[in-house]
Amino acid sequence: MTPRSKFARSQKVTIATGILAIVALIVVLQLWLFTASMNAFLGGDTRVLAPAAAASVLCLGLNLGLLRYLYGLER
Amino acid sequence: MTPDDRERAQPHWRRDFPIDWPEAQWVARREFVKFLMPVSLAFAVGQVWLLWRGWRRASAPAPAPARIARVSDVPIGGAMLFEYPAGSPSRILVRVDESTFVAYEQQCTHLTCPVLPAVEREELICPCHHGVFELRTGRPIAGPPRRPLARVTLEVRDGWVQATGIEARTV
Repeated sequence: MTPRSKFARSQKVTIATGILAIVALIVVLQLWLFTASMNAFLGGDTRVLAPAAAASVLCLGLNLGLLRYLYGLER
Repeated sequence: MTPDDRERAQPHWRRDFPIDWPEAQWVARREFVKFLMPVSLAFAVGQVWLLWRGWRRASAPAPAPARIARVSDVPIGGAMLFEYPAGSPSRILVRVDESTFVAYEQQCTHLTCPVLPAVEREELICPCHHGVFELRTGRPIAGPPRRPLARVTLEVRDGWVQATGIEARTV
C-alpha cells in the first residue's frame, strides 16, 4: 500500500501557489540586494558587500529548502 | 472516465479532453519555482563575485603620488586629461581659479561616457544623456547619474600639481 499525502490535491496547489509567491519575493529581494551592492561597490564602499553576500546566500538556501519541501509534497 | 471520477456530471467535451486541472496547476507552479532556482543562484553567485572583487580592491596597494602637470601648463578655466595611475581610464584635471584645481575620473557614473568641463558654468557635462555634475565637488546635479564622480585628491607643490589618491564615493 502506497502512503497517501496528508494534503488533498487542491490543498497542494494552494501550498504551491504560496511557496511560489514566497520564492518570487525572495528573488526580488536578491535582485534589490545585488543592485544596491553594485552601487556601493562602484562607489568604493566595500563594507556592505560581505553582509549582502551572506544574505543572498541565505536567500538561496531558503529557496532551495522551499523547493525541496515542494517536491516532498509529491511523495 | 474523467480525472475526478464524476463521469455522469461531465459534459461531452470533458470526456474527450480530460484535463486534470489541479494536476496541471500543481506542475505549472512547481516548474516555475524550479525555474526561479537558477535565477536565485545567479544572484547569489554575483553577490559573492562582488565580494571577491571588493576584497581584491581593498588589498591592492594605493597608487603612489605622481606629478600630473605643471601649474603653468593649465590656464585658469582650462582642463587636461591624465592617467593616474598609469594605464588607468583617463581622468580630467580642471583649474577652476588661480589656486583651485579639481580632478575626477572622466567616466560618467551613469553609462561611462566621458564628461566634459563647462568651467564658466562650474559644471562637468556628460553629452550622452545630459548628465550634469558640480565642478567643485563632482556631485550629480541633473540628468540620470546618481553617484558622484570618483575624485582624484591633489596637492600643489613646487609648481607641480600632484595626484595623491583616488576617492570613489556613493554620495
